[in-house]
Amino acid sequence: MDYEVIVVGGGHAGCEAALSCARKGHKTLLVTANINNIGDMPCNPSIGGSAKGIVVREIDALGGEMGINADRSQIQIKVLNDAKGPAIRALRAQADKVDYPANMLKTLKSTKNLTIKEAMVENLIVDDNKVGGVILENEERITSKAVILTTGTYLKASIMVGSTRKSEGPHGERRSNHLSDNLKKLGFKIIRLKTGTPQRIAKESIDFSKAKVELGSPKNIYFSFDHHVPYNIDEQIPCHLIYTNEKTHEIIRANLNKASMYGGLDDIEGVGPRYCPSIEDKIVRFSDKERHQLFLEPESKYNNSIYLQGFSTSMPNEIQEKMVHSLVGLENAKILKYAYAIEYDAIYPTQLNKSLETKLIENLYTAGQINGTSGYEEAAGQGLIAGINASLKLEGKEPLILKRNEAYIGVLIDDLINKGVKDPYRLLTSRAEYRLLLRSDNADLRLREYGHEVGLIDDERYQNFLDKKEKIKALENKLKETRITPINGVNEYLESIGSTKLRDGISLYDLLKRSEISIEHIKHFIEINEADEIVEQVVINNKYEGYIKKEEKEAEKMLKLESKGIPDNIDYNKVKNIASEARQKLNEVRPTTIGQASRISGVNPADIAVLSVYLKKEYNND
Amino acid sequence: MEDTIAAISTALGVGAISIVRVSGVDAIEIVNKIFDQDLLSAETHTIHYGHIIDNNEIIDEVLVSIMKAPRTFTYEDVVEINTHGGIATTNKVLELLLLNGARLAEPGEFTKRAFLNGRIDLVEAEGIMNLIEAKSDISRKLALKQVNGVVSNNIRELREKIMKLIANIAVNIDYPEYEDILEVTTKDVEKEITYIESKLNEILKQSNETSLVLEGLKTVILGRPNVGKSSILNMLLNEEKAIVTDIAGTTRDVVEGTLNLNGVYLKLLDTAGVHEASDKVEEIGINKSLGLIKDAELILLVLDNSSKLTAEDKRLLELTKDKNRIIIINKVDLNKELDLNEENTIYLSAINKTGLEELKKKIVEMFNLDSINTDMNMFVNADDIAKIKRCLNIIDKIKKNINSIEIDMIDIDLREINDILGSIIGESYDEEILDTVFKNFCLGK
Repeated sequence: MDYEVIVVGGGHAGCEAALSCARKGHKTLLVTANINNIGDMPCNPSIGGSAKGIVVREIDALGGEMGINADRSQIQIKVLNDAKGPAIRALRAQADKVDYPANMLKTLKSTKNLTIKEAMVENLIVDDNKVGGVILENEERITSKAVILTTGTYLKASIMVGSTRKSEGPHGERRSNHLSDNLKKLGFKIIRLKTGTPQRIAKESIDFSKAKVELGSPKNIYFSFDHHVPYNIDEQIPCHLIYTNEKTHEIIRANLNKASMYGGLDDIEGVGPRYCPSIEDKIVRFSDKERHQLFLEPESKYNNSIYLQGFSTSMPNEIQEKMVHSLVGLENAKILKYAYAIEYDAIYPTQLNKSLETKLIENLYTAGQINGTSGYEEAAGQGLIAGINASLKLEGKEPLILKRNEAYIGVLIDDLINKGVKDPYRLLTSRAEYRLLLRSDNADLRLREYGHEVGLIDDERYQNFLDKKEKIKALENKLKETRITPINGVNEYLESIGSTKLRDGISLYDLLKRSEISIEHIKHFIEINEADEIVEQVVINNKYEGYIKKEEKEAEKMLKLESKGIPDNIDYNKVKNIASEARQKLNEVRPTTIGQASRISGVNPADIAVLSVYLKKEYNND
Repeated sequence: MEDTIAAISTALGVGAISIVRVSGVDAIEIVNKIFDQDLLSAETHTIHYGHIIDNNEIIDEVLVSIMKAPRTFTYEDVVEINTHGGIATTNKVLELLLLNGARLAEPGEFTKRAFLNGRIDLVEAEGIMNLIEAKSDISRKLALKQVNGVVSNNIRELREKIMKLIANIAVNIDYPEYEDILEVTTKDVEKEITYIESKLNEILKQSNETSLVLEGLKTVILGRPNVGKSSILNMLLNEEKAIVTDIAGTTRDVVEGTLNLNGVYLKLLDTAGVHEASDKVEEIGINKSLGLIKDAELILLVLDNSSKLTAEDKRLLELTKDKNRIIIINKVDLNKELDLNEENTIYLSAINKTGLEELKKKIVEMFNLDSINTDMNMFVNADDIAKIKRCLNIIDKIKKNINSIEIDMIDIDLREINDILGSIIGESYDEEILDTVFKNFCLGK
């Protein structure tokens, strides 16, 4: 055996997978076609965003790398939805496209048990439905106990601009020509997906005077809970907001048939993401809209490349020139890189277990875009889970399965394996039923215990976490135990801040529950020196108690359905009276619980009722 | 649901023809065993003339309809046997079916199968249950309307509104930097939930009215002895000779009869004279009367025109003051001694049979029975009423807190409402919200 684990691919999923296996003490090989592309950000120059930013925090809580590496590489960071409730706040950073991969590579290289190899994997060694390593394009065989595929968009990738199509991956990199066919031969259902990326513009050719400036947060903030990389707020680089106009739309409408997706190419099979339409899609679908928002995002402090967010297209280059020059401030813009669309193969993700191990081939795991997702954060989250679970299996332990009420990563994986994908899957706040439980601020409280249990959070970090928990409890108790009574000017103070008078004594904790009372008002009665993150937890639990309890109750209901098991050997053909689509989906996914079955698309409540009755009758299962 | 069920489905009226319905995988095979023609090779949705036989003895001359899955009410194979021979023969046919492998259906089991097999949604299922139980013509019409999904459509419309709101809030959350997508304001929320509130209240109100139609109106005739309760009861019932049922008992017990008024049943309950108990037996009668007052939906309080208010009259007036009450002043043919000024008072003479039309008019007016006739399309059962009330409570809470809580918290409440309404019509929301998001908003990289 050459290695314990081989990770194929060095993107965000691959990095997390390789690091977690190596850090857990397993001899790991990361194979990538180009070492210089490790940790690459081929699309937008940002990490985080709503929901995704929370995933980065979860990765950090579990002991992954993305949060720390983003902190190390950011050129601007802010809190989204800052003025709204705590459930939906999330961090987003503009990450330097030069620094991020460089920092990641440095970390990989300095990690014990981890070897990096530059090579193209084209096949797997499989014996008796169990993976035993990989086969390179030169027929070299490397053996291992487990393999994690994180091939991104490189499976039979093809890049499309206008009516041209090239068989290559992002940056003109070589693609894998045979791996997806070989997976198909092993019995996998392969789907074809599509995504796109907009133009890069030379900074000096843009007139920023007409654009609105978008700044980072005026406060120091970090993805990582405990590994703060210092930075200077004043050195943050701004983004800019501009709009399309009628002229832009005219150009697009006049040239619509030249776009690859609108007839420029007639052999497109890939399904593009709904949430990420190209600019021509937007203009066709929302024809009454007079303008569309575009962001100018700096890609790096080391170069002049500006990412034109919102302008992704598959128009030919000469039309792209016209389109870009129609934008206010970009009349003389120099396009450094044209927008393109990319098509690639992926595995239909209902073929995976909750652990991200494939159902067909034992010890084979997949993570990231190969599973039909989109986004660096979604990829990293899966990579981490696949790495942890491959390691746990080698150690003879149960896999780490995050539930929907525990983590966005749990929602993501649960959605993938139960619902499959039609277009590249992006995590959204609205995909989570219990988002008030899945906050950015409490990701460590939710997940660090698991991180420590699986061995990615060392004792020192774990002790810090326990201390934090202790302090939260202590402050909460202090507020509950300190009572004030309507004497000594208490009522006068309360009235002066627009609150109502007391008639009896009240604990500060209960006083804080009043909507007009903030923690600053409480400081009038008691000294509070605890760190902001401690105070924040107490305040959120206090202010949103009713809603939190409501979601906890809902989650309990879900977990109850989750505890109703479905036997492995169930024959759905014997369950009469379920709709044929439901039967087919149940056979495909083979859910392990009634709860899981109820989330499969195409399985409706009546089918669940019938299935429950059947289980009760056949297996005496309550 | 592998067994085949059978039942007599003639609840809608006792006619010359009864229908025995059989549903399940073996439906055709079982009926074939007791029918003198071959049904096994019959095409779906065909009718066959023949005889039901038992050991070569002809039981009845029948028409048999063969309907094969899935285009049937239950989505299973269904056979219907139209019999002619009255109750006894029909029972014999059912018995034969049961002997040959069918199982007697539980009440509502056909409907349940239709629901479980995805043929109908929950509200429709309940509508059909009402249809089975409905007695008067209007009830049946009403039940049929509901089968068409009127309540479902109403609730579906409300859910669409909520879902749009939720989707817009979702977009605001997930795409905070898109400034040209309208931010949902508390005002928007208030406007929508006020509309939803009024619609739900309307459903409750109409449902309440229609439950009158379906279940009848519990009416109690009250009065001290000798004011003429019994003659008024008789006067009302004589109008509708067809449906009088007497419940056996002593003279002190409650007498019940039913009266059809604009299609609504008044269930008339007479009481033993309510007055201070003078012996044990009367005490029982009085307790019973007080209980009746509590349950009654309409009180007809009879007073005597020819005498002044007695202490007992006053007590009855007091006991019933918060109820739907019509005061009937009887014996207008005699000299007026009574001095009373109350709402909803009518005058009649039971002996001369005058004033009856006025009384009926009053009842019709009090319960809007006129409007019920023309617009009866809402009915939800007790369980759903509780759900709608829960929604109304949440809306109330949102309105109270709307200025002190963030929109995304209100969103949690909106989702709960959406869920509850969804459970009424048996739909889960799942991907619906995301679909709404992507259908209505323009976003992307």
